[in-house]
Amino acid sequence: MSDFLFAVLPYLAALSAIVGSIWRYRASQFSFSSVSSQFLESRQLFWGSVPWHYGIITILIGHLVGVVFPSGVKVFNGEPVRLYILEGTALALGFLLLLGLLVLIVRRSSNARLRAVTSGMDAVLLFLLLLQVGAGLGIAIYYRWGSSWYVHTATPYFWSLFKLQPQTDYVTSLPLLVKVHIVNAFVLLALFPFTRLVHMLSVPLAYLWRSYQVVVWGQRQITSRRGQ
Amino acid sequence: MDIRAQVSAVFHLDKCIGCHTCSIACKNIWTSRDGAEYMWWNNVETKPGTGYPTMWEDQRKYRGGWELNGKSLTPRLGGRLRLVSSLFHNPNLPTLDDYYEPWTYQYGVLTDAPKGEDQPTARPVSRLTGRYIDIEAGPNWDDDMSGSAVYARNDVNLEGLTLAQRASLFQVEQMAFFYIPRNCNHCLNPACVAVCPSSAPYKRAEDGIVLVNQDKCRGWRFCISGCPYKKVYYNWKTGKSEKCVLCYPRLESRQAPACFHSCVGRIRYVGLLLYDAERIGEVARAPEAVLVEAQRSLILDPRNPAVASAALRNGISQSWVDAACESPIYKWVKEWELALPLHPEFRTLPTLFYVPPLLPVVAASRDSAGGIFDMSGSGRFSDTENARLPLWYLARLFSGGNEKTVERALDKLRAVRLYKHAASFGSGGKDNALAALKMAGSTPSEAEAISRLTALPRFQDRFSLPPYQREASIEATVDPMIHKGRTGFGPNNSPRRGP
Repeated sequence: MSDFLFAVLPYLAALSAIVGSIWRYRASQFSFSSVSSQFLESRQLFWGSVPWHYGIITILIGHLVGVVFPSGVKVFNGEPVRLYILEGTALALGFLLLLGLLVLIVRRSSNARLRAVTSGMDAVLLFLLLLQVGAGLGIAIYYRWGSSWYVHTATPYFWSLFKLQPQTDYVTSLPLLVKVHIVNAFVLLALFPFTRLVHMLSVPLAYLWRSYQVVVWGQRQITSRRGQ
Repeated sequence: MDIRAQVSAVFHLDKCIGCHTCSIACKNIWTSRDGAEYMWWNNVETKPGTGYPTMWEDQRKYRGGWELNGKSLTPRLGGRLRLVSSLFHNPNLPTLDDYYEPWTYQYGVLTDAPKGEDQPTARPVSRLTGRYIDIEAGPNWDDDMSGSAVYARNDVNLEGLTLAQRASLFQVEQMAFFYIPRNCNHCLNPACVAVCPSSAPYKRAEDGIVLVNQDKCRGWRFCISGCPYKKVYYNWKTGKSEKCVLCYPRLESRQAPACFHSCVGRIRYVGLLLYDAERIGEVARAPEAVLVEAQRSLILDPRNPAVASAALRNGISQSWVDAACESPIYKWVKEWELALPLHPEFRTLPTLFYVPPLLPVVAASRDSAGGIFDMSGSGRFSDTENARLPLWYLARLFSGGNEKTVERALDKLRAVRLYKHAASFGSGGKDNALAALKMAGSTPSEAEAISRLTALPRFQDRFSLPPYQREASIEATVDPMIHKGRTGFGPNNSPRRGP
């Protein structure tokens, strides 16, 4: 069972995410976005969407840093004060995004207009995200100094996955809550192309360098021109 | 010189009867879909009034259009960094309640209701939630100044009027209003394009139509706040922005857009303008008081051989240059200087122009007791000082606050009427009329032409449509026989989103 969850599921999830995203982009670029509901309800969205997005982006970057620069994290956490600050910040961000997520869930379920634009997959996604955030916060509270033991367990596990030689030993001995967190992450990854999460792939950074006006000649050839 | 062609329009407001036929024609073709029911790509507003969506002109609320700080012209919504950092919540987005909640009626109840004591009623239900609703707003809620205490009195353009002027404006016997039909202005410096992080809205170079690429749109919603005219709409079902497409499939088969074609008052004119795209930035930065003049200077005379040859060099075909020569828009805007852009101070350089209304036709009472109208001679057409709608109000709408620009247009319109009145009925005296024409900087031959295009235009006089050579642009990219199997309306995939 744990072989399937930690040695097979990750690859299935990655396959689903990559193939699924490419398929969806090619089949229907039109659907490659999140369906914003701000037009139907704006005030509550602010208190949900802003904490959620800024929280989750920072936390995800934190997880990534642990995988990519484990030695840096080890050195950083060598000094207890820095470890406390890191753990405290991460916990605060965790609560921030939990708060955001709860606001979003309450908002979606209590407003008739929003229920009219909520799909079944949206509900599934919200549930999975709540599970993921809840598990993550549980780990942070019950199994402290995660940023330290993460680089000794999850990091080598992820690298073993990347090297196509999965070593499940790193994670099988971890507490249940951690396992739930890991497996649920793979489930979210697998579902990625089939949910509104695809909007993560359309971060419009190119806008920062684009000229203001977009002028299109003919039907295919695209040129931008400064016309501001 | 970088000459481009723009399909452009003029609405003659003195001719608009406020019948909303244009809006219905548009609704039937383009926006009778889920998520778009509340949209009116073309709508008709009563002025004074707060319009649709409510208070759309108030840029303190929506922050649409451009802001000029010294030499730098930036979207009022904010710079690029500010926009990208507010992706998760756009603080200036109008919500559905700023428009209205779309509804229908339970018509089925009228026939299916069980036998009973009472007449069955078709109650209104929301098109969004399906629940019963109390209708509290609609697309023309303040039509003909209904509810003027709430709507007309809150018109942003009344700012700057004294309390006394405002009070006199809303006395029942003094009341005056006019209609203003609005659709997308297909601006030369569109703010909706400038604020989109996904580069979904774009301007077609050949004819200047501004469109939203539905595949590229990611629903960040900035175009909706960024457009100062609130003419980009959010489809709550598909999560995409939509806007007036100037019926480009009709234009490409040389038919006028549906709202133009169906106009009962025949107030709408459409034609080509040639302009110098290189000067857009400079003109958009002109001081507020001369914005109208600056925009006029951008428009070039297609009869000028230098302009025509530069246009040909830029890939505009001879038949389009010819169409530009026939354009009624060129006459109204450039030659006669009668048609003015709506809110030029938004600095988007709109290409839809309005002939300001000369109203009311019968002048305001001159005696203080009221009730006796001066019907004789020149008094028949109110002069500027005695007009019921203050000049300041029209200047706020059509010339960035420059009363002189509006006054010149009104003076000429009035002189043309006096001239034709004298010529047709001999009333008012021909000398008077000629003097008025001279004062307004016009001539009898020009007055005849204006009168003709106002009152007796034929179909082809109002609609001077350029011949689209779609086959040429298709051939450049794909075998026409392959293309033949691909064309048609709508997306290849179902636009359905959500539950």
